[in-house]
Amino acid sequence: MMSRSALLLCQLLVAVMFFGSWQFFATVPIFGHTVLPPFFFSTPVDVFNRIVKWLVEGSIWRHLLITLTEASLAFVIGSLSGTLIGFWFARQQTIAAIFDPYVKMMNALPRVVLAPIFALWLGLGIWSKVALGVTLVFFVVFFNVYQGVKEANATLVDNARMLGMSERQLLRHVYWPSALSWMFSSLHTSVGFAVVGAVVGEYLGSAAGLGYLIQQAEGVFDVAGVFAGMIVLAIFVVAIDFVVTKVENRLLVWRPNAGEGRV
Amino acid sequence: MDTTQPAAVALDDATVAFRLADSRVYTAVEQARLTVEHGEFVAIVGPTGCGKSTLLNVAAGLLKPAAGAVRIFGQPLAGLNKEAGYLFQADALFPWKTALDNVAIGLEIKGAPRALALERAQGWLTSVGLAAFAGRYPHMLSGGQRKRVGLAQVLIRDPKILLMDEPFGPLDAQTRQIMGNLLLELWNADRKAVLFVTHDLEEAIALGDRVVIMSAGPRARIIGDWKVPLPRPRDISEVRMEKDFHALHREIWGVLKDEVMKGYAQSSQAPAEVA
Repeated sequence: MMSRSALLLCQLLVAVMFFGSWQFFATVPIFGHTVLPPFFFSTPVDVFNRIVKWLVEGSIWRHLLITLTEASLAFVIGSLSGTLIGFWFARQQTIAAIFDPYVKMMNALPRVVLAPIFALWLGLGIWSKVALGVTLVFFVVFFNVYQGVKEANATLVDNARMLGMSERQLLRHVYWPSALSWMFSSLHTSVGFAVVGAVVGEYLGSAAGLGYLIQQAEGVFDVAGVFAGMIVLAIFVVAIDFVVTKVENRLLVWRPNAGEGRV
Repeated sequence: MDTTQPAAVALDDATVAFRLADSRVYTAVEQARLTVEHGEFVAIVGPTGCGKSTLLNVAAGLLKPAAGAVRIFGQPLAGLNKEAGYLFQADALFPWKTALDNVAIGLEIKGAPRALALERAQGWLTSVGLAAFAGRYPHMLSGGQRKRVGLAQVLIRDPKILLMDEPFGPLDAQTRQIMGNLLLELWNADRKAVLFVTHDLEEAIALGDRVVIMSAGPRARIIGDWKVPLPRPRDISEVRMEKDFHALHREIWGVLKDEVMKGYAQSSQAPAEVA
């Protein structure tokens, strides 16, 4: 493996190459022919200027805040309900068997088709986006927790019983921690889905948020605006992922590969 | 040991059978008759797959025998064996608890105040030589250290019977000897009744008061029972040099060898004999 700084340099180089060639092919005609016509592809400089303008005017913060609120709500509601119901189903196999075909059906449904329904039911405000995000997050967490609790280490359960644990103590000391650990192991995926739900919801009908911003720009063939929205979104997601990684390392210190490891 | 009271563990012709997926019945252990007296250390040895662990699970109440009875201090066993502590072959520590919390949980379950449980747990970690590792999570400990924590977790509850399922199986040879000596040292303090399963005849003789041999499965039976004439306290690595040790080893191995070969032959051909 190369050193940290060399790695960073190479990563930067990729970005420079990408944006450099984009700028080059969009502005310098080759044999009198522009490879990337700015009308369709814009230019990195225009995109950059647009982002700076948004930041200076301050209009972007409101949209970011709205998207963040929607994603956070979707994440919290989705993972909470996913954990609880996954846990319940795993402990009550009869219930799980009864609902099995319906759970599969719901999960097989492409969530985008639900967006108009949610918009009808919950209006164009944030709650229709939250609902869309919840339907995405819920299933990821639900399946993880369900499998995790159902297949809770048999030796661990036997050991807990032999140590004298009652059913309630088993729940508290064995099943619940293992459910939570499975919930956390799906943290990255579910946070990503929460953002997807929010942005897609905004894109399909709203008055604010990053998805709205991109959709508006697209409506007036403002390609620089579309790319600027995409880049802000990408940075936003990377930042959230960074925070999630920090939280994960904090919560899962007992896990191999998290924290210090064996010394 | 005291034989005037009823035995700590008594298996009366216990037969253990499992229903297979295709609804045939697989008899793992047949008519096992075995007693462990108060303060007695009994080691069970048998070829792989002979049902040694099955027998231990019956004594623990995790498995119900299909026929025969289990008595604990003279009482028929119903449900889990509350007098027994069980040290499992596989890792059974709570991965989300530190070494200290893993040991303390045994007392906390009984309703002991947390402060007291933690204090006693720290004491037990010191007894197993892990005082400095209280804050470590299981994955940060070596295999031998995890076994020590497991031992402390079981012993803190002060069970009257100790069931051990190849507890040192996955450890390297040196660590096994160290763990064996640690076990004997802790056991010597209050002489619990111990049922210790192993596939290692030398380990069984070095540790036990009695060595019980099982035949190859299926339908495994108990086919031999030897008293170990070695004095206590013992040192595992030194006791192996003694003449009595060698004589007993030769005698038992003469019986065990055939079963090991049978067990090996059976495990290398898939279909099991069914009833």
